[in-house]
Amino acid sequence: MNTLTLWFHKMGSPPTFYRVASRIEPWLFATALLSAAVGLYLGLFRAPADYLQGESARILYIHVPCAWMSLFVYAFMALNGAIAIVWRIKLSEQLVVAAAPIGAAFTAITLVTGALWGKPTWGTYWVWDARLTSELVLLFLYFGVIGLERAIEDRRKAARAASLLAIVGVVNLPIIHFSVKWWNTLHQGESIKLIGKSTVDPSMLWPILIMAVATKLYFGGALLARTRIAVLAQESGKEWVRELVLGKERNS
Amino acid sequence: MNPTRKRRLWLVALVLAAVGGATALALAALNQNVQHFYSPSDVAAGQAPDARLFRVGGLVEEKSVVRATDSLRVRFVVTDRFKTLPVEYTGILPDLFREGQSVVATGTLRDDGTFVASEVLAKHDENYMPREVADAIARAKAQKEKG
Repeated sequence: MNTLTLWFHKMGSPPTFYRVASRIEPWLFATALLSAAVGLYLGLFRAPADYLQGESARILYIHVPCAWMSLFVYAFMALNGAIAIVWRIKLSEQLVVAAAPIGAAFTAITLVTGALWGKPTWGTYWVWDARLTSELVLLFLYFGVIGLERAIEDRRKAARAASLLAIVGVVNLPIIHFSVKWWNTLHQGESIKLIGKSTVDPSMLWPILIMAVATKLYFGGALLARTRIAVLAQESGKEWVRELVLGKERNS
Repeated sequence: MNPTRKRRLWLVALVLAAVGGATALALAALNQNVQHFYSPSDVAAGQAPDARLFRVGGLVEEKSVVRATDSLRVRFVVTDRFKTLPVEYTGILPDLFREGQSVVATGTLRDDGTFVASEVLAKHDENYMPREVADAIARAKAQKEKG
């Protein structure tokens, strides 16, 4: 077995995952808080106002990183869903269930900040164009995954059903991303490109990138925290959990 | 990979391909309905519905905005740089409404070819920059035109 497969097997074991996760988690939250503080300070106080929109363009520093996360978390969730269905790895099932509410929160923030920006910029909170509608569908997909998982009694069956829905919903991701290219939309096209020149001035780009890192770190921390609890609940009868709980009681 | 897992992997791939295919077909069929607005070229080609509410999007042509002195009526020309469409609107325009900027107007086509809008929204483009940079670009452009 090569090192990578060995690592996967080790991390798939609940006690190891629990131990490693509880060690990394505070660091993820701390670095997330720190980078978010830097990003928001630069974005809200140091970056210049937009030449046309003025101060309202500052919603960019929250809206764009959250929108990226709404897609990123979904892709992560669906990938784990595929692993859960094909390889039946328990940890992947738990990651799917744990990721859904975090992704839903990012999607909700994206929609709300977008609406608040839309009113002063476009003149309306909401239009049913392809970008806005497909992002709303994404929120409903997250709700579907959460609801389906809750509706089934058997935890493992529930997680697999939710995984399948997550996989089916992946179809929506390219639609959201390319909606502004494929159709006429009120929402503007991409400003920040991986390949090619971004149409955001560098002085405004940096805070967005820092916030993109901050949101990813937060996602990591929140995901580990939620998954850790799920692992404990699932393994509640096992020896290592008893030792963990009793050991903590003895120490306190 | 053992046969059971291989079968499941194929199943997942198949589900994704089937759903993806179905969605692609549905979107292709609904293409015209997914479009948020028609361009002036679409209107000129007669693709826009007559006697029904629809949206038109494009740039507000430079030096085309004429405001009435006794009411809130505004006339301007929307262009996609190929065709133009005269628009009439009575009401308050959004703050970002400017000549050379994009708008999306909802309304109907009058018999004389004027688009009578009941709502005008400003469409923001993908450019974000501080005022100094915008001014510098405008200055450079003016200089180029002069020289």
